[in-house]
Amino acid sequence: MTLGQMPFVVSALLVVLGLYALLFKRNLIKMVIGVSIIETGVNLFLVTVGYRAGGQAPIYTYSDPSAVRVLPTPQALTLTSIVIGLATTALLLSFVVFIHRHYQTLDAEKIKELKG
Amino acid sequence: MTGITTGFGAWNPIAWLLLFLGVAAAALILRRFGNKQYKKNTGQTKAFLSGNEEPEASALHVRGAHLYWGFVDGLSAYYRRVRALHTGVLSDYVALFVGTLGVVFIVLVLSR
Amino acid sequence: MNALLHHAPVLLVAVPLLGAFAVPLVAKLGANVRRSFVGIIALLTTAIAGYLAASFYAAGASPIVYVLGGRMSLPSGMVAPIRIMFEVDGLSVFMILITALVALAAVLYTSSNWKERSGGPMKDSLMLLLIVGIFGMELTGDLFNFFVFLEITSIAACSLVGFRVWRGRSQEAAFKVMTLYTLSGLFVLLAVGLLYGQYGGLNIAYLATMIGSGTALVDKIALGLLLTGLAMKAGAVPMHMWAPDAYGEAPGAASIVLVANSQASLYGLFRILFTLYGSAYSPQSIAWILIALAAATIIVGVTMALIQRDIKRLIAFGAVSQIGYMMLAVGVGFAAMTALEPADFGFVALQGGLFHMINDAACIGLLFLAAGVVIRRAGTRDLQGMGGLAHSMGWTTGFFMLGAFALAGMPPLNGFASKLMIYESTFKLSPVLAILAILASILLLAVFLRAFQAAFLGPRPERLNGPQSVPASMLVSMGLLAIVVIAFGLFPGFFVDKIVTPAANALWNGRDAYIQAVMLGMGG
Repeated sequence: MTLGQMPFVVSALLVVLGLYALLFKRNLIKMVIGVSIIETGVNLFLVTVGYRAGGQAPIYTYSDPSAVRVLPTPQALTLTSIVIGLATTALLLSFVVFIHRHYQTLDAEKIKELKG
Repeated sequence: MTGITTGFGAWNPIAWLLLFLGVAAAALILRRFGNKQYKKNTGQTKAFLSGNEEPEASALHVRGAHLYWGFVDGLSAYYRRVRALHTGVLSDYVALFVGTLGVVFIVLVLSR
Repeated sequence: MNALLHHAPVLLVAVPLLGAFAVPLVAKLGANVRRSFVGIIALLTTAIAGYLAASFYAAGASPIVYVLGGRMSLPSGMVAPIRIMFEVDGLSVFMILITALVALAAVLYTSSNWKERSGGPMKDSLMLLLIVGIFGMELTGDLFNFFVFLEITSIAACSLVGFRVWRGRSQEAAFKVMTLYTLSGLFVLLAVGLLYGQYGGLNIAYLATMIGSGTALVDKIALGLLLTGLAMKAGAVPMHMWAPDAYGEAPGAASIVLVANSQASLYGLFRILFTLYGSAYSPQSIAWILIALAAATIIVGVTMALIQRDIKRLIAFGAVSQIGYMMLAVGVGFAAMTALEPADFGFVALQGGLFHMINDAACIGLLFLAAGVVIRRAGTRDLQGMGGLAHSMGWTTGFFMLGAFALAGMPPLNGFASKLMIYESTFKLSPVLAILAILASILLLAVFLRAFQAAFLGPRPERLNGPQSVPASMLVSMGLLAIVVIAFGLFPGFFVDKIVTPAANALWNGRDAYIQAVMLGMGG
C-alpha cells in the first residue's frame, strides 16, 4: 500500500464511519451528520481519482506546456457534488426542525407514526 | 392493429368485446322469455331468511377496513413477521439498504 | 421547425426549468395568471415531447445525439467524447411520453380552484422542477449528468413530500425519503467515480465500449452500487419502505409525479444494465438478482396493501408491487437475452414490461387522483371514516373503478394486455414466478375493491352530506388518463408496434446502435 493510495483508504473509512452514524445513532441530527460524512468521503474519493503524481493545478494559461497536471474533470464533479450536498443537508435539517416542532423529540426510535 | 401476439397466443380486445356483447345480448334475449307475471314488493320478490325480517343495509354493511378479515387472519403468521419488518425507524431502512447492497456485492463478486 | 426539432431534447429540460423559476414571479400577478402560466408550460412541454417522438419514429427510430454546446469534433489525440450529450433512443422516447402524460395530468389536477391552504406557487414550482429532473434523467447520455438530474429529482420530490408542513407525518416521511434518496445518490456517485477513474470517461456510449477491459472487481463494485442504488429509488423490496410514506404523504397530484420518478430510476437501471454493461459481467446472476427482487416486491407490495387503513398508503403499496412486475419482466428479458441461445420470449417479456410502465403510470395516476378527490371530499384519509360517496361523485367513482380494474388486469383494459405478455414470457422461464404474479394480480383486485367499497359504497356518514362538486380540471385530468387506459386497452397492437417495440428493440439489440451514434459521430 503506497502513500499515494492512502486517500482511497481514508475515503473508504469516511464512508464506513458515515454509515455507522446512520445505522447506529438514534438522534436525527447525528444521522444527518452521518450523511454529511458519507458525502465528504465520496468527494474525497472523486478528487483523489484525478490525482497524477507530481502534478500541478490544471491551468494552461501562462504555464509550462509540458508540465504534468492533475485531471480537471474530477474537480468539476466534486464541486458539483459539494453544492448538491449543501442543498441536501439544508433540506434534511429543515425537515429535522419541523419534526422536532411536531414530535418534540429527535429520537429516531420514537418517530415512527408511519409504520406497518 | 388491434391485437397483440405474444408468441404463444394472441389477444384481440375488439374480438373479445364483440363476443362479450354477443353473449350479453343472447342472455338478455333469453331473459325476455321469462315469466313476467309476478307481484313486486310482496313475498314473491323478497329474500327468504327463514321467516325473519331482512335487516337494514346499513346494519349489515361491512366497512372496507374490515373487509378481508378472514384472509388476513389466515395469513396472520406471515403478516406478523412482514408487518413487524416495516418498523418505521429510519436506521432499519438504511440497514436493509446496506444489507441488500452487501448481498448484491457477494453475488456479483462470487459469480464468474 | 428544423431548429426546434434539433434542440428538442434540451428544450424538454429547459422549458419546465424556466417555468419553475418564473412561477413565483408570475404568481405576483394573481392566482389565475399563475395557473394558466403553469398550464401553458405543461402543454408546451407535452407538445415538444410529442413532436420529438413523432419525428423520431418517422425517421426510423435511430438514436439521436444532441451535443450540449456545439458539435462533437475533438482536438487531435483524444479518444473519448468531451462534451455532455443527450442521447435519445427508443427507450428514452418511450419514457418521455410517459413523463409528459403524467406531467400534464398532474399540472391539470393541481391547477384546480378547489381551495388550497397555502403555498400554491411553490408547489407548482417544485412539481415543474421534479418534471425537469425526470426528463433530464431520461434523456441524458452522460453518467454524471444522470447523477445531477437524479439529485434534482431527489430534492424536488422530498420537498413535495414534506410540503404540508402542518402535518407531522409528512415531515417524518420527507426526512426518511430524503435520507434514503441522498444515500442512494451518493452510492451512484461513488460508482460513477469508480468508472471514471477506471476508464477516463463519463459518456455512457464511451464507457460501454470500454467496459470489460479494466479491473473486473472495480467494474463489479460499480455495477452493484448502481444496481442497488437505482433499485432502491425505484422501490424494490426490501428497500421499498419509503414508498408508502412518500406517496401517501405527498399532496394530491404530486404522488403521480413521484411514481413517474420511480419509473425514471427504473429506466436508469435498465440503461445501466443493458446498454452500459451489456453481457460483460455474469449477466445471468444479475438477471436473477433482478428477478428475485421483483418477486419479493410483487408479493410484499400486494399483501401489505391489503391491511392498510390509509387510502393513499394502500394505493402506494399497489404501486410498489407494480414496479415489481416491470422489474420481473425486464429481468426475464435480460436472462433470455444473455443466455447461451437468446430466446424469443425475452423480447416479448421486454415488450410486456415496458408496456406495463405506461399502463401503470396511467392507472396509478387515475387511482391517486381519484383518492385525492375522495380525501378532499371526506376530510379524512382513513378508510373507516368514508363511505357512500358514489352517489354524489359519479365520475370519480367511475375513474377509480377503471383504474383499479385496469391495474388488476381485467380485460379488455390495458393492464390485461401488458400483464398477459409478462405472464406468458415469465411462464417460459419459470412457471412458479408466473403463478405468483397471477395470484398477486388477483389479490391486487381484492385490495382495490376493498378501497372502493370503503370509499364509495355503503351508507354515507352524516357529516359528508351536502352537495360538493368536483372541480372540472380535476375531472379533465382524470379523463385524460382514462382515455389513455381505454385506448391502450382497445388497441394494444397499435401502441405496442408504434411505441413499445422500438423501446424493447433499444434494449434487446440496440446497444450497438446506441454506441455507434456517439462514437462514429466523433470524427467531426
